Amino acid sequence: MTHRASQAISRPPAARLAGSGQRAGRSRSGVVNRVILRLTIRATMGRKRAWIFAIAPVILVCVSALLKLTARSPVWPPEFLGVFGFTVVLPLTALIIGTSVLGAEIDDGTLVQVLATPVRRLSVVLSKFIAAAALTVAFGAVPLYLAGAIATGPASGLALGLLAGAAAAAVVYNALFVLLSVVTSRAIVFGLLYLLVWEGLLGSLVAGVRLLSVDQYALGIANSLARTGRLHAHLTLPTAIGMSVAVTCIALALAARRLASFSLKGDVV
Amino acid sequence: MTAIELTNVSRWYGNVVAINDVSMTIGPGVTGLLGPNGAGKTTLLHMIAGFLEPSRGQLTVAGSVPWRNPGIFRAIGLVLERDSVYGFLTGAEFVTAIATLHELANPAAAARRAIDIVEMADAQDRRISTYSKGMRQRIKVAAALVHDPAVLLLDEPFNGMDPRQRLQMMDLLDAMGQQGRVIVFSSHILEEVERLSGTIQVIVGGRLAASGDFRAIRRLMTSRPHVFLVRSSDDRLLGSALIGRPAVTGVELTPRGLQVRASDYGAFTRELAGLTRAEGIRLRELLPADESLESVFAYLIAS
Repeated sequence: MTHRASQAISRPPAARLAGSGQRAGRSRSGVVNRVILRLTIRATMGRKRAWIFAIAPVILVCVSALLKLTARSPVWPPEFLGVFGFTVVLPLTALIIGTSVLGAEIDDGTLVQVLATPVRRLSVVLSKFIAAAALTVAFGAVPLYLAGAIATGPASGLALGLLAGAAAAAVVYNALFVLLSVVTSRAIVFGLLYLLVWEGLLGSLVAGVRLLSVDQYALGIANSLARTGRLHAHLTLPTAIGMSVAVTCIALALAARRLASFSLKGDVV
Repeated sequence: MTAIELTNVSRWYGNVVAINDVSMTIGPGVTGLLGPNGAGKTTLLHMIAGFLEPSRGQLTVAGSVPWRNPGIFRAIGLVLERDSVYGFLTGAEFVTAIATLHELANPAAAARRAIDIVEMADAQDRRISTYSKGMRQRIKVAAALVHDPAVLLLDEPFNGMDPRQRLQMMDLLDAMGQQGRVIVFSSHILEEVERLSGTIQVIVGGRLAASGDFRAIRRLMTSRPHVFLVRSSDDRLLGSALIGRPAVTGVELTPRGLQVRASDYGAFTRELAGLTRAEGIRLRELLPADESLESVFAYLIAS
């Protein structure tokens, strides 16, 4: 063993402190790190509890098919998909995924393996965020589109509007939930409070709250294509897009900043 | 060459002081951080690795401040006790992924080399979830070594290993230390540190209690005279009984009790109880009067 070990590590010590000589030039990976992206998607899909997020979309699609066959009123698609899709299915899917990509790895300690490398913290945050947003699109936005397509046809304004709005919501929600999971170990609780109290309760009572509600961004964007009053959209397209971009950028910048100060608890206390 | 330098480093959480004014320099070779559980060894390693900000004092690794400086991990390999690894990856996939995160020119080759060092080649294609704790520990060491770091930090690396794995890991760390790498490992087990490291830093209660060559510290502890303050039901009688003992070199009657100089710490503490019982004296208090090494003794004797 000793012999083997000595052979394998025989570079002169003087070269070492300056850092390893076998590094591959300047940074090859961009801001998004593909290794982290891949690992995150595999880890999230591999967690048993993660499959909870597949339940709601299945219900959504099944109920849409059922309504299509049985409902007599022609107004159900925007009412049902707008309310159930944008206030239940999508936010919950995003909450489960967005808090697990980083939060679960902070909890179980796997993130330390990633952080004990020179990868920039902004890269870590962006890679986690993109993984979460992509999974939320797959498990939230795509089913919503399918439901819309079942209800009013695959090329209908409603189906495409739902897809666009849901994709935007997937992006903004996950930026927020990734930030939450860096800031607190109870990200799911605070995420739920935001969804239920801020968006659900205050959003329906106080008009100003809607400017800071992700579901309103999604509805605003969806309505620009669907053009129906039954989605209950309150924001115009430019406002919805502008706020989505701003909230996403600010949340991710804060998350990266916070992750740079990532601290481990010691053995005392 | 000094790789790790701490100057008056303290760290506290609210009112609890975890590390109290520690100054030390650690150079190439194997250094053991020895101390009981909860002494602050892990806190110290976290600060050295940049995963905790010192509340006060300066800390540098290879000349740079580690806090908020991910670039420091080009020079540091870190093996923590509690962190887990992605169980769905095979050992080889995991080490290769870490090599890629380090942006090595040839991640697969670097991973193979590191896996060979820890002798995990046979199990490298199995999922990590099937590994024993010792294997998991070794694959983590491989990941920490994959970028050939100058400094390797290990928190309780021998926990959960069987004796053979333990010896193997010790040989590995020893060999790497002799190659000029800076190896720092923490342990609460005296024998591990004794067997492995020439230099030890004894941490007790967040303070650096002793520092230097292991044999020198051990000699210092066992051979230097120790002063105890003893209070009993009959100090005068106890004093006269004690002075007849070879382990005792001096007894002084003071208002606070009996001040006893012992030449042999171990023999004195062992004999005292029997002696008081034989003389029918009730022992009220026994205090080591030597503050600086008191804690070290307490710990080393206990282990």
